[in-house]
Amino acid sequence: YGLLDEITNSAEEGMSLTHCNHAAFAVRRFSLWASSFHGSLFPHLTLSSDEMVAEFSQMLDWSDSALRSFAWHPHTDKFAVALLDDSIKIYKSNSSPTPTLKHRCQRSVCALQWKPLCGSALAVACQSCLLIWHVDPASLSTRPSSGCAQVLSHPGHSPITSIAWSPTGSLLVSASPVDTSMMVWDVAAESAVPLQRVGGGGVTYLSWSPDGSRLLAATPSALFRVWETRMWTCERWPCLKGSCQSACWSPDGGCLLLSMQGERVIYALTFSDLTGINNTYSSPVTAFFLMKNHLKQLFCPPFFSGSSFVLRAGDSQADNHPSVIAVFKTRSSPVFELLPCGFVMGEAGAEPRFMQFHPHFQHGALLTVCWSDGRISHVPFYFSSAGLLGGDSPQQALASNTTNPSSNKLYTEQIS
Amino acid sequence: MFSLKQNSWFIRKVVIWRAVASIAWSVLLLPVTTAVFVLLSRFSLFHPIQWISVVPSIPCSRMALLGTVLHPRQCVHSLVYCTMGMLVMWCASVTIGGRYSTLGTPCRQSESGEVVTCLNEYHLFLLLAGAFMGYSHSFLGVVQNMYYVSFQPIQQYKYPRFKGCLPMVVKCSVIQALYSARNFAALYFFFGYVPKTWISSTLNLQIDSSLQPLDSLTGLLDFSLLYHLSISGAFLYLTWYLTVLLFRIYVTEAYSFPVQSTFTEDAEQCLPKVLAEKNTLVMKFLALQDLALLSQHSLSRRLEVFNLSQPGGHPHNWNAISGECLCLLSELTQRLVAHQDAVASNGRVKSQSASSDTRSASSSSSVVSGTEDIAETPRLSVPLRTPGSVFKSSVGGANRVLTAPFTPDVDSPFSSPAIRRLVGQQDPHSPWSGTVQSPHIMRRGPKLWSASTESQSNGSPPGSPATVPSPPAASQKPSFLAQWLQNRREQVKSFLAKRVLIMYLFNKLPEASSQALFADSQAHIWALQGLSHLVAASFSEDQFGVVQTTLPNILSCLVVLLEAVDRHFKLPHASSKPVRTLCSMGDSTYKTLRFALRAALKTAIYKITTTFGEHLNAVNISTEHRKRLQQFLEFKE
Repeated sequence: YGLLDEITNSAEEGMSLTHCNHAAFAVRRFSLWASSFHGSLFPHLTLSSDEMVAEFSQMLDWSDSALRSFAWHPHTDKFAVALLDDSIKIYKSNSSPTPTLKHRCQRSVCALQWKPLCGSALAVACQSCLLIWHVDPASLSTRPSSGCAQVLSHPGHSPITSIAWSPTGSLLVSASPVDTSMMVWDVAAESAVPLQRVGGGGVTYLSWSPDGSRLLAATPSALFRVWETRMWTCERWPCLKGSCQSACWSPDGGCLLLSMQGERVIYALTFSDLTGINNTYSSPVTAFFLMKNHLKQLFCPPFFSGSSFVLRAGDSQADNHPSVIAVFKTRSSPVFELLPCGFVMGEAGAEPRFMQFHPHFQHGALLTVCWSDGRISHVPFYFSSAGLLGGDSPQQALASNTTNPSSNKLYTEQIS
Repeated sequence: MFSLKQNSWFIRKVVIWRAVASIAWSVLLLPVTTAVFVLLSRFSLFHPIQWISVVPSIPCSRMALLGTVLHPRQCVHSLVYCTMGMLVMWCASVTIGGRYSTLGTPCRQSESGEVVTCLNEYHLFLLLAGAFMGYSHSFLGVVQNMYYVSFQPIQQYKYPRFKGCLPMVVKCSVIQALYSARNFAALYFFFGYVPKTWISSTLNLQIDSSLQPLDSLTGLLDFSLLYHLSISGAFLYLTWYLTVLLFRIYVTEAYSFPVQSTFTEDAEQCLPKVLAEKNTLVMKFLALQDLALLSQHSLSRRLEVFNLSQPGGHPHNWNAISGECLCLLSELTQRLVAHQDAVASNGRVKSQSASSDTRSASSSSSVVSGTEDIAETPRLSVPLRTPGSVFKSSVGGANRVLTAPFTPDVDSPFSSPAIRRLVGQQDPHSPWSGTVQSPHIMRRGPKLWSASTESQSNGSPPGSPATVPSPPAASQKPSFLAQWLQNRREQVKSFLAKRVLIMYLFNKLPEASSQALFADSQAHIWALQGLSHLVAASFSEDQFGVVQTTLPNILSCLVVLLEAVDRHFKLPHASSKPVRTLCSMGDSTYKTLRFALRAALKTAIYKITTTFGEHLNAVNISTEHRKRLQQFLEFKE
């Protein structure tokens, strides 16, 4: 009977999803068709669904990448990887079985994120819907059934390119470039509150500040918003040129670093205190030297000390230089500072596609990089005690920076 | 003289009897009129606040649903809405004008040629449609729980929220109007002649035979008429839905209660006092919401909570707030345990009756179990769904079953006053202070039941069906009369159970009892959020260590609740997801509250364990609870 239930359940899910698909498709077609004005205003609406995911995914060259997405668990040594065949694998530090997650709705995975303050829930942004997997950490099964997945969908809200859990784990926000409203999900109750702002023509990237008080929402146009999460009002930030490509928050949530499309600078927004959003000001551009076309990704590890890192991956379309990851040391007091620290390079011919810091590496920082050849490598940084105290000099702070990923791997996986 | 005599005869023989009959009838009617008067005087018609509630009413069977729909209060409500619908439709028809404007129109009789007033059927059609829509709105309001106000997971200002909800409301009202127009047209097609002839005869209006009557197929296929019907229906629904929406938005707006007041006369309005409120549920809910918000967003108010009282130095604020939250949570634990015991005991009775040869009981159980869902596990199913177990609400019934089997032995550690209060509990909504000290209570429940079955079978209330004496208790046979009554009752039950309609009406709706158990769980979710965030914040903000003293209590309360919730989700139908309704004004979030509660509970425990980390080992809790918390520390839940 369990099997029967399973079949009917999945059939129903499939049915409702195809409905939603149709509805979303019709809505999108209509919006394109009825107003060419709208289409010319927001050129991203003319893209197909897959092109849109590839355009706005945080994974570089998403469409031909062997790895579609990657996510560390916020509390344990566990990460999830989405592969080209739309399956998701979960690796743990010990030699427990690696579950493979497959679901009929799990297509074109664009983003993964583990639920904070939870051991099991993994949110997956798919082409047509949002999947919430509940993978029991104690179970030994390698193929969790699709009954472990919750399907969340809303008509007109697909493809989903970005998701963000609130740091308390109570809310999940999802964004789609075709939908001008982002959805705030109460996942357990499967209900969504749409937050609509028409300007910008959609939402491509979301990033929740580590203290949970603010949420960045980037649009495909030259505009981004910073929402405060108490009363859910937002502040518009019309950018100089190009859309916001990637962003990261400082660990205390007081500073936001942004990279723009087609620009070679990192912008920093400082939120002076936690009383209100109106106190924000834009610091004059903290510009940096650049070797490549534009910045693609930024990431800050959560540290409590004054020092942290900002990472940048260039992408080499025109140059014959290989793409590198630049490591910066940051300091948040008295003023926000970025100090260049070093570079991380891959093996010959391998370009970095995605990177993420381990959220709670005990001895320093652990950077995980997904390379274009399907390799995932972990690059540890060890701090000397002097660096943790104040981060006076970068040489002291960064005692060991292994730029060769193959030399010092914790657990490297050869995938696909 | 003669005439007088005749008159007296007439008076004596006829009129007196008539007078007596009239007086008798008026006396007989007195209770009825009094009842009507009492009903009307008690019923507060113009208090829409009382119609709206923050806790949904969940009927556990179709009979209960029927009962709510036919409840006198609901009837008056429907009547009011019918009148309002007719009024609005009258306005609409006057506004549309043309052929709809008045009830009577001048028309020419075909044979004589004189001008008389005829019935305008179009006007009547619209008026009746208004009444129909009013009734269906009132009816759907009950069925879909439209007067249940749910709180949103996020806070928004009123105007953005209204703006965000407006498209949904418009869509819903249009769809509902189209459905209603279709249903009303069908109804009018079949029964339209009844009101038409009645109106025309009472108001002495002629029926214009030259026009096509509307209760015919060709008459109804008038697109202009249907268009006007759906347009004015949409307008009607829109006004009602907007009222509901605005009311919801205003009621659920967060209210900030002061944590502490400098003046004693304001102490009634402070958070600790308001949290303990029993009668005004809206206020209690808003206070809990405020607690959850302040625990997450407001540093200064958190500090007030952790503060000590000025003379004396007691943490009154924290004690009151945490005590109230723990009380709420343990009350839910107790409710869940009682429900599980009731379900488990029913399963036990079934297995016993199958072994003993009580023919009627086994036949009734086989009849009923044939109609059950195949997915149910036999051990935990509710096989005897009889009227006896349906008439009581699931919660109250569970409690009644619980009272008899709990006979705590003297030398066990469970004979504490807290347990006695747990045992003697009749009303599930009354507070139960103190915590369930140990999970043994839940484990012990079924065991105690089987040990004390004889006390149950002798003089127990008819709460649990088919209490067949178990083999260990066979030495103490009940009296013959009781046995005979028992058998009679079983026979009546099995007779009733075989009737399809009765079965249909009295069958428990799947997962309704589970929904009813968690009906007010929004309060528990906020209590969990508030407690966990306050405890987590106390790690760095609590200067006087007031939270440390209650930390063992909080942790054990949470773990006990988690065990109860885990066990509840193993029951059949508990973990099945409700069907999602696409477009309705009715709020269906109450159907998923149990999942939300489970998630909030786990998140709350994780919040505490991740904040305190290894320090939890220093907290004085039982080893079983420590083991469970260790799972959380290792992120294995």
